[in-house]
Amino acid sequence: MRPITYVRATDTATAVTAVSSDPTSDFLAGGTTEVDLLRQNVMNPRRLVDINDLPLTGIVGTPEGGVRIGALARMSDVAAAPVVRERFPLIAQALELGASPQLRNMASMGGNLLQRVRCSYFRDAESPCNKREPGTGCSAVEGFSRGHAVLGTSEHCIATHPSDVAVALVALDARVHTLGPKGERSYAIDDFFLLPGDAPHREHPMEHGELITEIEVPATPIARHSLYLKVRDRASYEFALVSVAAALSVMDGVIADVRMALGGVATKPWRARRAEDFLIGAATQRNDFAMAARVEMADARPTAMNAFKVELAQRAVVRALDMLCDGNETGAAPGSGSGSPT
Amino acid sequence: MSAPGPTVTQRGAVLAERGPGPVRVRLSVNGAEHTLDIEPRVSLLDALRERLDLTGAKKGCDQGTCGACTVWVDGRRALACLTLAISCEGREVTTVEGLAEEGELHEMQRAFIAEDAFQCGYCTPGQIMSAVALIEEGHAGDDAEIKEWMSGNICRCAAYPNIRAAIRAVRDHT
Repeated sequence: MRPITYVRATDTATAVTAVSSDPTSDFLAGGTTEVDLLRQNVMNPRRLVDINDLPLTGIVGTPEGGVRIGALARMSDVAAAPVVRERFPLIAQALELGASPQLRNMASMGGNLLQRVRCSYFRDAESPCNKREPGTGCSAVEGFSRGHAVLGTSEHCIATHPSDVAVALVALDARVHTLGPKGERSYAIDDFFLLPGDAPHREHPMEHGELITEIEVPATPIARHSLYLKVRDRASYEFALVSVAAALSVMDGVIADVRMALGGVATKPWRARRAEDFLIGAATQRNDFAMAARVEMADARPTAMNAFKVELAQRAVVRALDMLCDGNETGAAPGSGSGSPT
Repeated sequence: MSAPGPTVTQRGAVLAERGPGPVRVRLSVNGAEHTLDIEPRVSLLDALRERLDLTGAKKGCDQGTCGACTVWVDGRRALACLTLAISCEGREVTTVEGLAEEGELHEMQRAFIAEDAFQCGYCTPGQIMSAVALIEEGHAGDDAEIKEWMSGNICRCAAYPNIRAAIRAVRDHT
């Protein structure tokens, strides 16, 4: 780890000015990704501006039925907040199925959205990697790619977006509010995550020094009937191979409304709009669920090592919808032995 | 590398920039105030072990995956390896050395001994710091919940059944 200087910010505008005025400065929030990548020399800022004292920790339900989550609210506090558990169970479940209790106490919500990929070629600080060193090539395309993406990939990058809660937030049409050198901005969350295309080093539309201040989740009545299903190599403390965030509203045996997004399979948290379009007006039958899943995964471009994800994702979609129809709304995969966030 | 110094922002506020060389850092650990000269890049784990001789928190992976370095920061369990020591100024750090009171082991420490909840013992301080927090958080309801909420602490010797037994014993006694 290279030497760094340290500044602790006490107000948000000063923090933004400090980082935006210096290309070699970065914000420091929970540090759970950043300190790790500093130590690996994957990130090399000269100076860290510690924002942990900024007043951005609120978790407030809106009168309309949504929730506003401060960027520095910790994952554990958001998951435990009664207003989140009541209105948005898929958010609470996605958070509690991610990382470990210690990491959830540390990691901020803004940092969660901005966490870097788990691709081992990105993190080893020496393999060719277009995300870390643009133009050097992608080692994963021909390399070890079992955990990599099958949707939203390009020849330049196939790294999976690692966040769980971002998948739930994408399903809910959340908005990301920021403060930057040019003032306040707001992004639809689906526009906040960029596909790799030919510039995989650009992961979000913010400019240097722009800081996430708040995540706004709009009122979504069907989210009270929702879940986050996570499928992974071990029962806990592991990234998703496939995950499904889903909310469902059924009237007279017909799907009146549905929200769905997929994690673990794409280069960004993947809103499953094709599946949603197929499902609205469909009957609550497995055949329809399976067809919706197949439609969503039709454009998948797997490698030899991750081809299993195409089938696994379809099965996970069917299971998530089955569970919602059965009233079984805990997101831990059956048989995982996980605690059930109720 | 530009020279360190105060940063004057557009608002006129001055943020004191510290480092990259050793700077004076005040840490409150187990109720005692310490002043040490460390670089800003030094982790809380290294500061505890190498500078304060508090070697209870262990360095297993040093990348946030094993939990051997678990301590409490402001009463919440956290990973000392992914925490910069300088960021803990103004916060209260508790390590396994801070659990015993007046020479008497914490009841979780006694339960780990009684239930034989370790073999090599390397992960044990982290396990104990997580286990005490787990009960205070209210996440020790049944074995499935204990497993899930202790999953951030890896035990290479796989003493997990005995660790759960120690947690159950303290839970049921509390």
